Amino acid sequence: MNGQTKIWYGLLVVLAAFALIPGAIGNTFYGHVLILVLLYACMSQAWNLLGGYCGQISFGHSVFFGIGAYGASIAMVNYGASPYLGAAIGSVTAAVVSVLISWPCFRLRGHYFAIATFAIVEICGRLFMVWDWIGGALGLDYPILDDSWKIFIWSESRHGYYVGVLLLFALIFGVTRRIEKHRLGYYLRAVREGQETAESLGVNSTRVKLSAMAASAFFAALCGAFFAQYNYRVDPPMVVSLDLSMKFVLITILGGMGTFWGPLLGAAVLIPLQEYTRTYLAALGPGVDQMIYGLLIVFMMVRQPKGIMGFLEEFGLFKTREGGDGDVLS
Amino acid sequence: MSFLEVQGVTMRFGSLVANREVSFSIDCGQIVGLIGPNGSGKTTLFNCISGLYKPSSGHILFDGVDITGEPAYKIARRGLTRTFQVVRPLKEMSVLENVMVGAYLRTSDKARALETANRCLELCFLGEWSDRPAGTMTIGNKKRLEVARILATEPKLLLLDEAVAGLTSTEIKDMVALITGLRDEGMTILMVEHIMEAIMPISDKIVVLNGGVKIAEGNPSDITRNEEVIKAYLGEKFTKRLAEKRTAEAKNREHDDDDDV
Repeated sequence: MNGQTKIWYGLLVVLAAFALIPGAIGNTFYGHVLILVLLYACMSQAWNLLGGYCGQISFGHSVFFGIGAYGASIAMVNYGASPYLGAAIGSVTAAVVSVLISWPCFRLRGHYFAIATFAIVEICGRLFMVWDWIGGALGLDYPILDDSWKIFIWSESRHGYYVGVLLLFALIFGVTRRIEKHRLGYYLRAVREGQETAESLGVNSTRVKLSAMAASAFFAALCGAFFAQYNYRVDPPMVVSLDLSMKFVLITILGGMGTFWGPLLGAAVLIPLQEYTRTYLAALGPGVDQMIYGLLIVFMMVRQPKGIMGFLEEFGLFKTREGGDGDVLS
Repeated sequence: MSFLEVQGVTMRFGSLVANREVSFSIDCGQIVGLIGPNGSGKTTLFNCISGLYKPSSGHILFDGVDITGEPAYKIARRGLTRTFQVVRPLKEMSVLENVMVGAYLRTSDKARALETANRCLELCFLGEWSDRPAGTMTIGNKKRLEVARILATEPKLLLLDEAVAGLTSTEIKDMVALITGLRDEGMTILMVEHIMEAIMPISDKIVVLNGGVKIAEGNPSDITRNEEVIKAYLGEKFTKRLAEKRTAEAKNREHDDDDDV
């Protein structure tokens, strides 16, 4: 492990320590912001797996996020069943749906794939609106229940959610790390850098892309389930929207596409910005947070397309590209 | 049964016929040169054999199996891999990572893939560059990377598309030594090349294309005397120069031998 990785893991230890201090999270606003930062970091990492490492830009991830959110809510509201079961079913469904959708879409390359995913959000958004079984446009509201791990609901303190999001973070970042360092990780990047070249070396690029898509959708759906539990409700515009889809993309671009820590960095900048401007600058009018968001992205694209990770590399603080015998093995 | 058999391959792009009824075969352990003027359909034929294109008609048999129209990745898994004339490094990945992608074809174990990759890098004189992003290398090194990458897939038949072109004379010598070394290890090689000094001495057989049609096939010394090949491609002057160069090289080699003693 080199110095850079030590800093990152040190940061994670600090984040985990918050969970151990009683009352550190409680019902505070910064607790809420921390939870959202970690959740959006997870969502963006899920997106990064497909968009960053494999180079397939998807604007359709809010659909998978939505399927996960509805999975947990339908289990809770319609059947009074465990949200864990609902999340699991939702995530598997999202993975299956993603493969079915992207099978034809992966025949399209580059921008055309991205455009196709746009259409899918619109289609699914309408579908969810008119589907009565899942509450139609009104969505599903959770009944009032007692706080417990069994139903993953807390109203007194956010501490449980914080622990939950930490676990989610460990799962998604852990799996991504593992993929990145092994064969699939090399194949993902090879397909991004040159699909024909990868094929000439024996890589089945369709299968590689579909695997990345399925894993990405599965994780996005898990995040969606958490989101529904956190808000005690779900409705179509809240989850299946281009607005949300863009967040998956923008956070990753801001942090650094195809880098492991980029999604966390991007979320750590954008989410506090979004939450604090929404709270303190709301008097200036609606959408102020979105404007700052937009300016930041434009600045980033012009100045450093590799995102914050690119800046850090520029200043010689970190290496985004990993190579060398020692590093490959670590 | 020959190792690779190209049987009457025709490749059309609309009304353009890039290859017309091309047939030849390669035996196991041979080096076969594919030559011809620019636009004679050499690279198209490579694309057909390696699965990038599906030939309009004809068949390609590799190791007794009909591989016509199979996707490129399946053909690569069978042990037939190719380099690209216009080099295609996976730019944002390091040199080592590029070769790792090839090495992962035969193993999913990281340590073993790494071992294969490093061996192939050393073999192609790229050891000192392994951490460099592949996109930032010189053209000579990129050409070598193309070769290192396919060697890592542990191929049985290599298609080299102008692996020597654009290299300096010392680099050419190294590459030629590498290619003959691979042949001695039991690999079969089909190479497209414009540098006759590199390809003629090492080839067991030369196939000549002109305008998409095979105009000659035979051992190098017969090809350099073939009237049609001289007219279409080699040229009178070249043929003379080659003959002179050969005698000079023969002398040099004797000289080198003396040095070794």
